[in-house]
Amino acid sequence: MRKQYETVIGLEVHVELATKTKIFCSCPTTFGGAPNTHTCPVCTGMPGALPVLNRQVVEYALAVGLAANCGINQYCRFDRKNYFYPDNPQNYQISQLYLPICHDGYIEIETAGGPKKIRIHEIHMEEDAGKLIHDEWEDSSLVDFNRSGVPLLEIVSEPDMRSADEVIAYLEKLRRMIQYLGASDCKLQEGSMRADVNLSIREAGETAFGTRTEMKNLNSFKAIRRAIENEQERQAELLEAGKPVIQETRRWDDNKEASRTMRSKEDAKDYRYFPDPDLPPVLIPDEWIEKVKKHLPEFQEEKAQRYVRDYHLSEYDAGLLTESRNIARLFEETAALCKKPKKAANWLIGETLRLLREKNMDPEDLDFSPAHLAALIDLADSGAVNNQVAKRVFEQIFEEDVDPEIYVEEHGLKTVSDTGALEAAARKVIEENADAAEQYRQGKGKILGFLIGQLMRETKGQANPSLAGEILKKLL
Amino acid sequence: MAEKITLETIDYVSILAKLKLTDEETENARSDMQKMLDYVEKLNELDTDGVEPMTHLFPYDNVFREDIVTNGDAREEMLANAPKTKDGQYLVPKTIE
Amino acid sequence: MTRKTTTALDLSREIREKKRSVRETVRETLKNIKTLDDSIGAFLSVTPEEELLAKADAIQRQIDDGSLTGPLAGVPVAVKDNICTKGLATTCASRILENFVPPYSASAVERLEAAGALVIGKTNMDEFAMGSTTETSAFKVTRNPRNPEHVPGGSSGGSCAAVAAGEVLLALGSDTGGSIRQPSAFCGVTGLKPTYGTVSRYGLIAYASSLDQIGPVAGNVADCAALLEAVAGHDPKDATSLQRPDGTSFTEACVPDVRGMKIGIPKAYLQEGLDPEVRDAILRAADTFRSLGAEVESFDLPLTEYAIPAYYLIASAEASSNLARFDGVKYGYRSPEGEGLHEMYKRTRSEGFGPEVKRRIMLGSFVLSAGYYDAYYLKALRTRALIRESYTRAFQSYDLLLAPAYPTTAPKLGVSLEDPLKMYLGDIHTVSVNLAGLPAISIPCGCDSQRLPIGMQLIGDAFMEKKIIRAAYTFEQAAGIAAERKEA
Repeated sequence: MRKQYETVIGLEVHVELATKTKIFCSCPTTFGGAPNTHTCPVCTGMPGALPVLNRQVVEYALAVGLAANCGINQYCRFDRKNYFYPDNPQNYQISQLYLPICHDGYIEIETAGGPKKIRIHEIHMEEDAGKLIHDEWEDSSLVDFNRSGVPLLEIVSEPDMRSADEVIAYLEKLRRMIQYLGASDCKLQEGSMRADVNLSIREAGETAFGTRTEMKNLNSFKAIRRAIENEQERQAELLEAGKPVIQETRRWDDNKEASRTMRSKEDAKDYRYFPDPDLPPVLIPDEWIEKVKKHLPEFQEEKAQRYVRDYHLSEYDAGLLTESRNIARLFEETAALCKKPKKAANWLIGETLRLLREKNMDPEDLDFSPAHLAALIDLADSGAVNNQVAKRVFEQIFEEDVDPEIYVEEHGLKTVSDTGALEAAARKVIEENADAAEQYRQGKGKILGFLIGQLMRETKGQANPSLAGEILKKLL
Repeated sequence: MAEKITLETIDYVSILAKLKLTDEETENARSDMQKMLDYVEKLNELDTDGVEPMTHLFPYDNVFREDIVTNGDAREEMLANAPKTKDGQYLVPKTIE
Repeated sequence: MTRKTTTALDLSREIREKKRSVRETVRETLKNIKTLDDSIGAFLSVTPEEELLAKADAIQRQIDDGSLTGPLAGVPVAVKDNICTKGLATTCASRILENFVPPYSASAVERLEAAGALVIGKTNMDEFAMGSTTETSAFKVTRNPRNPEHVPGGSSGGSCAAVAAGEVLLALGSDTGGSIRQPSAFCGVTGLKPTYGTVSRYGLIAYASSLDQIGPVAGNVADCAALLEAVAGHDPKDATSLQRPDGTSFTEACVPDVRGMKIGIPKAYLQEGLDPEVRDAILRAADTFRSLGAEVESFDLPLTEYAIPAYYLIASAEASSNLARFDGVKYGYRSPEGEGLHEMYKRTRSEGFGPEVKRRIMLGSFVLSAGYYDAYYLKALRTRALIRESYTRAFQSYDLLLAPAYPTTAPKLGVSLEDPLKMYLGDIHTVSVNLAGLPAISIPCGCDSQRLPIGMQLIGDAFMEKKIIRAAYTFEQAAGIAAERKEA
């Protein structure tokens, strides 16, 4: 019989901050861009270049730390982490080891067994590395330093998670919190949020920790879940076979659904940290902390409660709307403009989420204007466009942020309520569907629906449906 | 007594420092380092308990930059000194096998 | 009029008064370098003539239209080769940077050029400023202009030799553990290491970031002050650069008056290992100060013997990290040999760095490595704090400290590198000033029996450059008058 094992997981989450410039130089942080076009002497490690800290990085770090219930090191410093790698232009990374900006916080998650606190060991500021592209045809790799020096927060949890579900819940909570703060867009696919999973297993009931491994290269929640399941199984098999788990860093391969070790004799893992002499310490007086606290936004829970209270939405709908700060924003602004919060909520929960899924888009990337959605709601409400048309127009708003009034006008999408025009079309439909018309006359009332459908098609969906029925009945 | 420096120590440090030493250089490095460490042993005469390590000379702090983009595209200038480049990138020996 | 009798301040005055043109000055300097430098070897590279003449004409126009009025307008300046100059090779006298042409200029160079000075060329040095003789340069030997059998000192040996030989009137050096003051003493010129943070380090290729400072080298105190004034000032690109409380008008301090000044001589600096001729020269200088109205006395400055071990631990540790960036990827030398990434790194660095640089990288990597950080690095930083404190206490009693710049005069070429530790021990009089971040000047105070110059240091508390300059200027005037009397 195989023994029962408990999985113990701690996470190191890296989040790219939403600053305009890099952490130590004035290069833009914009994602994309031709390789090395966002570089300067500082972020390419030119001899003689020196770092100067971006104030906004400290602001964001404080906001995230305070939101995660952390203590603040009011005297904090940067240290150099020394290791050679081509994506690391100075061959040291400026990070924080000895005095990280935030320490000892927690985040509460929902689990099957009720709410649970996941403790945060520390949060520190550091610089991101460049990007390496491996040349398939030659025995070489190419380095792009556009990302080198983009500010990161590393959020280190305690080993408090016990399952993939808890890990995902923690990451989702963290991501939402940081998005609400506007500190990062936290996109896993683009790498603006990355999680390294430290995992060990131990026999059920054991209190000492087992030997852990660190898993890297996890680019989606799905990959994280698969990697955790795979790694707990791999370790269990080792232990069952009487073999030890080796403390090492492993790299997850999403295609192979397997991990492999990243060990090499050239990696001594001896980072020789020491305080960076180029960067004076950061002093954070009480007033600064108070100011950041005062400006913390309303987070999801409070917002959802307020939606139930003020807009009379269901808890479920309020929850969905507040999943993303961006959707919540669109909701609040739209509702304020059209004064129809329920309708606004319906559009944002129904069509918006459907389209996001269909187009595999991140809600943070939505940027249509609430005024356009509000105008569409008004158009639909007044009966000026029917539901079918409204959905079509919404897709245009979603994609191109069109003005619905202009769009409806230009494309002639207004509901046809002109009796003369409808009568002419209805005659045509009856003529072309003589059989169906005959059946109706013989008392088969149900067939009217089919004829209405034909009339709608004839009018390109713009007929006012109830008027269409009446006219058909009259003519028949 | 100062730390005893072995040839293994030198091998380990040369991996950290990314230096390739010949046997003769390794032996010289060992004896040089041993001499230096024996010499700096002198610091242990000094009672430094409770003394804060001086990481920065002057009590300046909070030297910040504002978050404003001022750098433009300087790719050609940055790459001009690179020994090997390809497609606007720095070319290095393959980093993964 | 010959160069030997000209100062930079006189030269720029003559240019302003139209007694000579900038173009003429540049040509003359180039000719000087051409005739003298074959035997001195101070320069690693000289700026192309066409480029200099074009700049000379532009500066001339600005002088003529009154937009450039400062004391450096039109004056050629040599720059140590670890200070980045846009478009001009900057090598740190190392093979690993042999073909490096910086895409930007150091802030100090930008300030120089804004003042109308011309970077005439780049000077030889110990590789990455590690050494005290300029003999660790990968490229050439620099000789002491006072006696070509002897070293010029280091690491700013090229800058000091160029000034001493009269190739240029002004040069920039850098000082991490004495690298301006010691070669200034050996060559018989005046060099000043400013308070840490006074001159921007942006564009100075780092050896040990917490100790490095750029500073002026000149033939006399007033020129030295003028050059410092031009390059000093707060720089937003260097986070360790300071807003000085008293501004940077150092030339104002050239006032011949030391009456009432209290000068202390640390006893430890006159003890064992000190060449008796150097000791005598320092004591004679003390007498000169007394005769000029200063109070001079010796006192106990504790902890001097701990400065060298603390210095070499801190400097090597920082260097091991600062020099990691030289890896054959972004600039400089890359070994053509070797398979794979790590082999490329190792071969590049082993072939690109000289033995002294490798020695310090190894030591620095070791003292920061797992298990040793506290015992070596932190211990050194704690010692540093105590040394700083001991200076702070000394400056409660004294305005300035007087000390030798080096225990001996310049040694012969080829004898210093055999025993690295012995070479390090020579830095006893200079390194603690860097550890404490203090300003200090080195000025000539006589010669030994071989006619080799002896230098003395005047050390001030942080930001007390003006006091140093005033005392040095007063001494220089008095010594000059004495020399004239002797000649008459």
